[in-house]
Amino acid sequence: MEIADIKQLLEEKIGVGCILDEELQGLQPTLVIHRDFIVPVCTTLKQNEKTWFDFLSCLSGVDYGVNNGFGVVYHLASIPYKTQLTLKVRLDDTRNTTGELPWVYSVSNVWRTADWHEREAYDLVGIFFRNHPDLRRILLPDDWQGYPLRKDYQDAETYHGIPIK
Amino acid sequence: MNSMTTSTAYTPDTEAALQTYKTRMASIGPEEMIINIGPQHPSTHGVLRLEVISDGEIVKEVVPHMGYLHRCFEKHAESMNYGKTIPFTDRMDYLASMNNSHAFVMGVERMLGIANEIPKRIEYIRVLVCELNRIASHLIAIGTYGIDIGAFTPFMWCFRDREHIMNLLEWASGSRMLYNYIWVGGLFYDLPVGFEDRCGEFIRYFKPKLVELDELLTNNQIFISRTANVGALPLAVAIDYGCSGPMLRASGLKWDLRRVDEYSAYPELEFDIPIGKGAMGTVGDCWDRYKVRVDEVKESVKIIEQCLDRLQKELKRRPDFDPRAMVPKKVSPKVQDYYVRAENPKGELGFYFITDGRLDIPKRVKARGPSFNNLSVLPELSRNILIADLIAILGSIDIVLGEVDR
Repeated sequence: MEIADIKQLLEEKIGVGCILDEELQGLQPTLVIHRDFIVPVCTTLKQNEKTWFDFLSCLSGVDYGVNNGFGVVYHLASIPYKTQLTLKVRLDDTRNTTGELPWVYSVSNVWRTADWHEREAYDLVGIFFRNHPDLRRILLPDDWQGYPLRKDYQDAETYHGIPIK
Repeated sequence: MNSMTTSTAYTPDTEAALQTYKTRMASIGPEEMIINIGPQHPSTHGVLRLEVISDGEIVKEVVPHMGYLHRCFEKHAESMNYGKTIPFTDRMDYLASMNNSHAFVMGVERMLGIANEIPKRIEYIRVLVCELNRIASHLIAIGTYGIDIGAFTPFMWCFRDREHIMNLLEWASGSRMLYNYIWVGGLFYDLPVGFEDRCGEFIRYFKPKLVELDELLTNNQIFISRTANVGALPLAVAIDYGCSGPMLRASGLKWDLRRVDEYSAYPELEFDIPIGKGAMGTVGDCWDRYKVRVDEVKESVKIIEQCLDRLQKELKRRPDFDPRAMVPKKVSPKVQDYYVRAENPKGELGFYFITDGRLDIPKRVKARGPSFNNLSVLPELSRNILIADLIAILGSIDIVLGEVDR
């Protein structure tokens, strides 16, 4: 299925507002999905027999820079059709306003592999996944402060009283 | 859209999951016990800690803890140019460094738009060294799996044969395990003079050893009893958990990115994709996963023979051939993001690049390690099994912690 067909399918099944934008100039076509619709969009893409994106290759949390906001990028693959699709969710920058973590709904109920990917995105980029079953840090210790893959991350001077610089 | 406005009032609670976990661990039943396996334990194949809630010999629940080998690959990659990141990719899956750098380099070349202009000889050398490295990686998987189960000899035999591959690759690149051999647009050096002959000699030596290995381990009744019908992974679960590589193929699916994506020189090479058939028990059990690796070694041998043949005939070494001729002075792809995937010995290795078009430094590089995803299925596979079987299952997943933790 071409990207235009996928777009049409999603707009028919879920609603016109679910796709905010598309990026077609790159090597891999991308759909930008409204944050609130990511779970129904992923469920449809996985279960619809015309798309069958049954394999989540990769889920990346991205910090686009201070004031540019955050994003989550989903790389889907379909084993029966041998196709790939990229989805993006853009999140507002809350660093200088509320200070709370940006959040998006978890897709770990759609693909179980998203569980650890989302834990990693939470751990390193500081994106919160709502309704995630077990959103603990995964690579860093539980008591780590801050999110190292953010562009404005500053190394701590000490860790448990031990100077580390 | 209006119905969604209420969701903006949501406040993330970052402490809740940790509290739930701590409560779970503190409230185990009177007959249950928490056992920590690792991080310093040979059967965890590195620094992995498994927190096991057990009832006697029965495993009730497994909570993996990783990160002990986290070396900030993604943060490093954001601070240096593409060429300098290649040695870091080598250190991810350090048993298959060539395959890692091949995937990374391929992604950068496609972003630059030079992927189709790479000379054939370079592509064939890349495939040759990658397949040699694939054999080396699988030999470790097979050998250490034997030792997990309690068979010591296969471990020694596999390491003896792997050492020949290490010597060959050291001769080509100057380093035993971490090569930095495959560069963006080319290679570090051409193959040394006489490499093809010595590699052919190794293949002739190695083929009978595979028969011996089958006699020693694959068809060994004790080994079969320990692995057949243990940890059977249904195909649907494998796909759901993002398992790839031998793990996915052992569950019965012919899915190999070398064939699906047809990258590098693979479309011109003849090889089969072995899958698990449940010959000794259930499809997708530990024995199947082991057997797929053994069969893949045989397929890699086939690929190496074809590469050697072509490298000695139509793609022969020429005095004017420069493997660095295509290497760009400055690698700065235009603004884009790109996800590249390739078949590593462990499964689908992916790199996701975001570039801003101005600098020769990527804005973001995310690595999708196959071991990371394959390991995530372990808690699912390890419910109500024996602790001894937990070791058998973990060994059959074949993880490298350098890639799980990055």
